[in-house]
Amino acid sequence: MSTPIETDVAIVGAGPIGLFAVFELGLLDLKCHLVDILDRPGGQCTELYPEKPIYDIPGLPIVTGQELTDRLMEQIKPFNAQFHFSEMASALTKLPDGRWKLSTDAGTEIIAPVLVIAAGGGSFVPKRPPIPGIEAYEGKSVFYAVRKMENFRGKNVLIAGGGDSALDWTINLAPVANSLTLVHHRDGFRANQHSVNQMRELEAAGKIKFHVASVKALHGDNGQLEAATLAGADKKEWRHDCDTFLPFFGLTMKLGPIAEFGLNLHENLIPVDTARFESETPGIFAIGDINSYTGKLKLILSGFHEAALMAQAAFHIARPNDKLRFQYTTSSSNLQKKLGVA
Amino acid sequence: MKIYAKDRDGKEHVLEGRDGWTVMEILRDAGLPITAECGGACACATCHVYVDGGWYEKLSAPSDAETDMLDMALAVEPNSRLSCQITCAPELDGLKLTLAPE
Repeated sequence: MSTPIETDVAIVGAGPIGLFAVFELGLLDLKCHLVDILDRPGGQCTELYPEKPIYDIPGLPIVTGQELTDRLMEQIKPFNAQFHFSEMASALTKLPDGRWKLSTDAGTEIIAPVLVIAAGGGSFVPKRPPIPGIEAYEGKSVFYAVRKMENFRGKNVLIAGGGDSALDWTINLAPVANSLTLVHHRDGFRANQHSVNQMRELEAAGKIKFHVASVKALHGDNGQLEAATLAGADKKEWRHDCDTFLPFFGLTMKLGPIAEFGLNLHENLIPVDTARFESETPGIFAIGDINSYTGKLKLILSGFHEAALMAQAAFHIARPNDKLRFQYTTSSSNLQKKLGVA
Repeated sequence: MKIYAKDRDGKEHVLEGRDGWTVMEILRDAGLPITAECGGACACATCHVYVDGGWYEKLSAPSDAETDMLDMALAVEPNSRLSCQITCAPELDGLKLTLAPE
């Protein structure tokens, strides 16, 4: 485990609101570290709808989720925030000096007087198919991601899904696995056409099998898969021998370890006051979709406002002996210097 | 128009549809546990329902975008739809559906 990082503000979530929080905090000279389970910034904007236009960002009549993220990254560049991508914020402890220590599942530790939770709907995690008892196999013979292809050498692999991940791993694991079967609920795929063609060629060459079917049950003891029950479009079921199952149905949001941070949650949301956007725990702020207050609207623009007010309050915690000087970017040469434009 | 929506425990809820609203919005407004993560953009497949009682055929066919997005839904059946892509209209009075598992 590496040395803990000390900074002014730890931010959970690098979606649009976490990114804009960097800007508002940066104007007040507060440095940030951000943790996000995804491998890139943007949160829902880039994970769910990178190409979909958004029409209600003030001043941007039309912008896609990806473009908005790119613009925000450009806007916060001068503040040199540090990103910890592909890491899940997994634990929070209060230190004797009053600061927070945020730990991630990758062993990163961030110590800061202020914690900002901008986690939207929670962590993006793989969708788990509703197959009875699947939990018992997870991590042993059921996997939602491929970390090392070598782990699948010689295995009898069953893959379910019709998107890019399902097709990509079908193609990549075919030469490694002993046998590989892909199942999908229809004979059509959401995936990239080139991948679909490659899969069809492998099927025609007898290197993989493809069935229009779904996985109904898993069989095997102590987490070791031996077979699956498959059902075809005609509902007819059969037993398929396999020792590894890879379901690829994309990601969904789950609150995850934030639920264990000792915060008072209301229906999986963090209640905050609307002057500071601070939770009931001093020093922990919540902004964006994850907070709740009377009149809350889950809009990106509301999150931006929340970030600005949060930053003012956070300043007094991070710099208790300093006077906050409220300035405008249009007129303050001091702020313009920070932004690298003066 | 009335919508008969069965929840995941098998309990039926009778909901009042509103012209022009999506079925997802009616389910969400009634407090039924539908995630609808992307808010109706046909981008997440978490408002998945099964259309029951012969109603599937009476609905206008799903768009290619919806059919593609259903590839990311769990436990898809021939009568699967994304409820954010069904718009309430008087001719859908009596629509029957069941929330898909999550």
